Amino acid sequence: METGISRGISKGHTKRIPVPRPSQRRFYGYGIPGVDVNKLAGKLIVVEGADGSGRSTQIVKLVDWLEECGHGTVQVGLKRSTLVSAELEQAQQGNILSHTTLSLFYATDFADQLENIIIPALRAGFMVLADRYIYTLMARDIVRGMDEQWVKNVYSIALVPDAVFYLNVSPEELVQRNVAKNAALDYWESGMDIGLSRDIFDCFVQYQRLMAKEFERMQNSYGFTMVDGHRSVAEIYTDLQKQIELVLNKPA
Amino acid sequence: MLKTFAELNFPGRLIAVEGLDGSGKSTQIYLLKRWLELQGHRVYFSEWNSSELVKAATSKGKKRELLSPTTFSLIHATDFADRYDRHLVPLLRAGYLVLCDRYIFTAYARDTVRGCPPEWVRGVYNFAALPDLTFFFKASLEVSLNRILDGRPQLKYFEAGMDLRLSTDPYESFRIFQGRILEQYLAMSAEFKFTVIDANQSVEDQQNLVRELLSDRIDLGKFKGNGVYPSRASAPRKNKWRQELVEE
Repeated sequence: METGISRGISKGHTKRIPVPRPSQRRFYGYGIPGVDVNKLAGKLIVVEGADGSGRSTQIVKLVDWLEECGHGTVQVGLKRSTLVSAELEQAQQGNILSHTTLSLFYATDFADQLENIIIPALRAGFMVLADRYIYTLMARDIVRGMDEQWVKNVYSIALVPDAVFYLNVSPEELVQRNVAKNAALDYWESGMDIGLSRDIFDCFVQYQRLMAKEFERMQNSYGFTMVDGHRSVAEIYTDLQKQIELVLNKPA
Repeated sequence: MLKTFAELNFPGRLIAVEGLDGSGKSTQIYLLKRWLELQGHRVYFSEWNSSELVKAATSKGKKRELLSPTTFSLIHATDFADRYDRHLVPLLRAGYLVLCDRYIFTAYARDTVRGCPPEWVRGVYNFAALPDLTFFFKASLEVSLNRILDGRPQLKYFEAGMDLRLSTDPYESFRIFQGRILEQYLAMSAEFKFTVIDANQSVEDQQNLVRELLSDRIDLGKFKGNGVYPSRASAPRKNKWRQELVEE
């Protein structure tokens, strides 16, 4: 159809933007009441990994690329909801919430973004890039000894993404990247609340090792694409681009 | 299968009251608490939706009408978890009588009426043990509605169930919403062994019955305190004729 080509630009200079086919979509479990998953035309792409794994760097590049290609994009991430992000941040400062409370607080934050950003954006045909998704939240809970069935039930409201990339970086390398960037290790990313060690450095390494193990275990049931995060930014980017192209061109 | 605190060998006991808005349950549990503390028992009182940490988010969500059935459910579960882990469980371990104005059954009823899958809601709350005694104040729908609508004509959005789009008239919406919640309560009454109190009776008659039933079911002698109570200095109860109720 000729109408798809911008006026004023001759055919030869502009490449037709392919429209991705809608995915066969489903929720992990109960989902969100009243949402018709078959009307969600966009793609949901998740990038997972620890702080310092290069998630945000890659997402910035992917957004540039997708928008240059002509796809609408929207970004979501943890603790970014209108509903509770400020309150959750504040509550975390004092560290007096129990694991269950913190977990449900994060679940509320996630659900708010799912319903008010992710689902409407997918309905409008946008590419949704999630800087972390339910997997980090679930891994954190499970590492803290919470009942796995309980955690799974809570997050059974989530949509199954079109692709999940896990940027795998060794705890030792994560330490280097975090101290180089912030001159400190984050309390929560070090799992200091579980008290694996009084020493934040040891704690960080042990905690990240537990998290990586949990992700490895979850890979079987959730089918993540493991991405070697030790390579250069450019190499990882090329790798992600290739795999996302497959998602965009996937036949329905 | 959920267990009660007694079955889990806690030294404390949890007593919950449930019922519609306007069923008189808050008056009854308040009088029960006054009686127990004036008798010198170790008693602690906790209200639904009252966690200091979570309240700011909940009230923002309600005021700005940001809540969906799912986030409504999760934010109340967050509030409950905070009170449960920080107050209810430690006090029950310390051997207190813990009185709860509304417990998980409120969430079961409301969230289900809002369209959340019942099994999901029950799953979310399954970290909590069952009350040792649950009083359900059963008033006729008309009596409950009149008590609320007489005293407090300004109905709030979520309280009236306006988010369910049952009616554009808040009063009509409230009626339908409360009717559906009552159905949910009645449907779970047997499963959770609710002790049903006829809430159409006088305040005094109900309180007599509640005190009698409590003394029968729980050995109150075990809960004698040393005169220091966390709830002793509690403020006088908010009165619906003077101030808006806090809940919802």
